[in-house]
Amino acid sequence: MAQAANAGSAPVKARKGQIGKYKKWGYIFMLPFTLVFLVFQAWPLIQTFYYSMFKYFKSGLSWVGPEFVGFDNFVAIFDMSKGSNILVLTWNTLIMWVLGFVPQIIISLLFAYWFTNVRLRLRCLGFFKTVMYMPNLIMASAFAMLIFSIFSDIGPINELIKHTTGGEAFRFLSYTGSTMGLVAFMNFIMWFGNTTILLMAAMMGINESVIEAAEIDGASSSQIFWRITLSLIRPILVYVMITSLIGGLQMFDVPQILTNGQGSPNNTTKTLIMYLNEQIGTSKNYGMAGALSVIIFIVCAALSLVVYYFFAADRSNKKSKKGGK
Amino acid sequence: MAKKEKVLEHTSALQQNRTDPDMKVKPTLIIHRIICYIVLVFFSILCLFFFYILLVNASRSHYDIMSGFSFLPGNQFINNFQSAISNTTIPVVNGVINSLIIATCTAVLSIYFSAMTAYAIHVYDFKGKKFIFNFILLIMTIPTQVSALGFFSMCTDWGLRDTYIPLIVPAIAAPAVFFFMIQYMKSSLPIDIIEAARIDGSGEFRTFNTIVLPMLKPALAVQAIFSFVASWNNYFLPALIIDTSTKKTMPIMIAQLRSADFLKFDMGQVYMFIFIAIIPVIIVYFCLSKFIIAGVSLGGVKE
Repeated sequence: MAQAANAGSAPVKARKGQIGKYKKWGYIFMLPFTLVFLVFQAWPLIQTFYYSMFKYFKSGLSWVGPEFVGFDNFVAIFDMSKGSNILVLTWNTLIMWVLGFVPQIIISLLFAYWFTNVRLRLRCLGFFKTVMYMPNLIMASAFAMLIFSIFSDIGPINELIKHTTGGEAFRFLSYTGSTMGLVAFMNFIMWFGNTTILLMAAMMGINESVIEAAEIDGASSSQIFWRITLSLIRPILVYVMITSLIGGLQMFDVPQILTNGQGSPNNTTKTLIMYLNEQIGTSKNYGMAGALSVIIFIVCAALSLVVYYFFAADRSNKKSKKGGK
Repeated sequence: MAKKEKVLEHTSALQQNRTDPDMKVKPTLIIHRIICYIVLVFFSILCLFFFYILLVNASRSHYDIMSGFSFLPGNQFINNFQSAISNTTIPVVNGVINSLIIATCTAVLSIYFSAMTAYAIHVYDFKGKKFIFNFILLIMTIPTQVSALGFFSMCTDWGLRDTYIPLIVPAIAAPAVFFFMIQYMKSSLPIDIIEAARIDGSGEFRTFNTIVLPMLKPALAVQAIFSFVASWNNYFLPALIIDTSTKKTMPIMIAQLRSADFLKFDMGQVYMFIFIAIIPVIIVYFCLSKFIIAGVSLGGVKE
């Protein structure tokens, strides 16, 4: 693909003068995208930054503010005396992300390795890939509702527990550990297939002769996996990890539906975006919501820069390889 | 010397492995394969298990569901379906129609205009083109939630609350679709074809619509599916924007189901609601799965 890409862009350069007169069409074709981006993404973002500096909230039926307060909202959001300060919310979000991501990356690596292993020659790969990717397309809120129904105090799992042990129902949603576990489990189920496919594509890109050379040199299959495969797919691993982290910071649907927006028990499963949703929708505290958005934006922008450099490095690598020939 | 022999032995073993796959396979390899299949089957079952329970419980009556667990479907499917669609507190038929309208419009707009933008960057040479390309690449992974506050207050100011405009129109600027399309164009849209069309007297706009778009069909289809599904499943923004109950989309109705007093509900109906929300996507997926999975591994970029 990279070679074709270069082949495609070379004539563009060569005929620069010839197509110069068409350049106004470039602007015309870009216009809808640019306008919509400015109106629906850039402008709201600027407004969000603006609100973060103001005291502006609804108290009862009347609005307080907007009154310029500088960085007061940012100070307030770090207030440790409140239950929903940003450190607690970030901690909740990250714990649930890690609990889902660690098994996800391990299983995905293992499956991608098995699927691409020439020696193993597994069959029915199409079937396994299809089934494992499916949960990724499921409506997260409906999936969370389904899991809630199945694991609720009167749901089938508790019926089974009561039936086999003869004891009490286990109230999954009354404990932090089991609630977080359920959220992490759902995230795992929804994303491991997707990660497997991405890692598979990366592993299939490894030159067969490298592995063969290692085999001839007497490397064991575990050595080949740890020393060669893993180090060759490191860029994709980094990419998967960072995009997953960005996705993890946005975690909303699953814990929102599972705990009915409460982050129960005791705000221990309330994520950053759940709090943001609460501040915009129900509490109407725009100043606080703005400050939180700005912080999430800065973190995500920093992470996006890493992804961007990953792409940029990837492209220039391919170009220099082509140029070297 | 010994080492050399060992190497030779090893290479011949490798060759053997390749030439006759089933005749002389090492027993360890067979064990390894069996372990692989067991683990893979286990995870496949794990993926399907909950949806199977969904199917089973959607076809059982409330009384049956409450009286115990079952692995066999019941015969109340039609009944549950009828009571679900006639429920007045949660107008599920409206929900499906609304979601379909929004998701279809979103998919069409996002692929058409993002492909158009990608075409502009790919084919034309103009000032700032590189900057724009890099900028779009940079914002691709920034979540839309961070600007939700400004978006929400803007919609309130402009009277766009409770309409579908803020849910549909922003799809025109879809960075991920743009990126996928430009990658695809680089690999399979030769500039010569556009030049040829120009010589034949085709206008730029017509060239894009009648010559370029048909060539992009496979990529457009994959991205249309992803956009459709993302919009169908979207909960965060619609929940903030839509207030009227008949305008609500499926995910909001599912959330309503969760916040309603759970025990009052007919459980058969609850499972049927979830079934209606999930199944259309699963059906589309199983029809087009080959396509979709190829798209995932090709794009590498998906929200």
